Amino acid sequence: MVRLVDLSEAERTALLNLPCSTFSTTPWVEGLPLRERRVAVISTAGLHTRGDRRFGSDSADYRIIPGDVGANDLVTSHIAAEFDRTAFQDDVNVVLPLDRLCELATKDEIGSVADFHYSFMGATAPEAMAPAARHLAGLLKKDRVDAALLVPV
Amino acid sequence: MSGLAHIIETEGVATTLISLVREHTAKIRPPRALWVPFPFGRPFGIANDAAFQTRVLKAALRLLEQAQGPILEDYGEEAPLPADHGGWLCPVSFADVEADGDLATALAAEMRLMTPWHDRAVARRGRTIVGALGRPIEDVARFLLSQLDGPPVPPPPGMTATDAVIFATEDLKAFYFEAATAQPGYVTGDDLAKWLYAETAAGRLLTALQARS
Repeated sequence: MVRLVDLSEAERTALLNLPCSTFSTTPWVEGLPLRERRVAVISTAGLHTRGDRRFGSDSADYRIIPGDVGANDLVTSHIAAEFDRTAFQDDVNVVLPLDRLCELATKDEIGSVADFHYSFMGATAPEAMAPAARHLAGLLKKDRVDAALLVPV
Repeated sequence: MSGLAHIIETEGVATTLISLVREHTAKIRPPRALWVPFPFGRPFGIANDAAFQTRVLKAALRLLEQAQGPILEDYGEEAPLPADHGGWLCPVSFADVEADGDLATALAAEMRLMTPWHDRAVARRGRTIVGALGRPIEDVARFLLSQLDGPPVPPPPGMTATDAVIFATEDLKAFYFEAATAQPGYVTGDDLAKWLYAETAAGRLLTALQARS
């Protein structure tokens, strides 16, 4: 269990000095009240269903995670050894909170949960993921998603 | 992650995200972000604590109702260790496994001892995350041993040798960690890693492979 503050100074400096993309604009999409929104999760934990294609070192695409995926059908092929998998091993929801979202939908605190969710493999350079991310946005709109929850690992 | 938020929001879908590295998020300035003070690998804080996870989730979703941004909000609640944490002991005793013996033999003996506990862990949780390499755990061990002593078993089709070693490593670790945590009670990832690398043949194998790379 490592937080940024727990890393050695050299590791912390290396992580903080990783190049970050910059954007000249700040997009902002207005929307409905939360209780009317349809929510999808986008993870960068390298998640996929057990039979799906694994991620590789240079994977810039995403995998589709059905909303009704069973916990035992979900694995990760994230290539970073630093990713502590012990929490995911114990409880999927600490990484991909689909059960928690369904509970909020049942209580009408959100409108609904999307039929499909998605995962990238976060060790890939963000610029390389851009084409797949744009394509993914189109899929979200087809699924009537108006709120995407992005979750790192 | 913040870059993905920029792209997806630009395409017309509102986003909110969890941030684990505040400094990166502050530089990239995605539309809405909630920084959480949790360890890497635990963006919703605590496994098997639905109430805690829900509080984090709702805090992130509530950012969607803000009128303007970009927003980078700090989540104020830490994820404490449970009261029963401490004094963890692996339920498996390797007293009869010869630590100085042949690595392949010691690993096989260890895995035989771990297997009933892994079965119990799978039954308790109803799942396993072993499966990145897509091979049975005995083949995973054989694959890793072959990378050390040769001749190297080739990676599965479509997978590079480097990725296969990474996936096999994570599968072997997951097998040990799942088995070691078959009994209820809290153990941290640090506890498990220290045990694996200090006390097991699997740890010796992984350390030897790392030294070769």
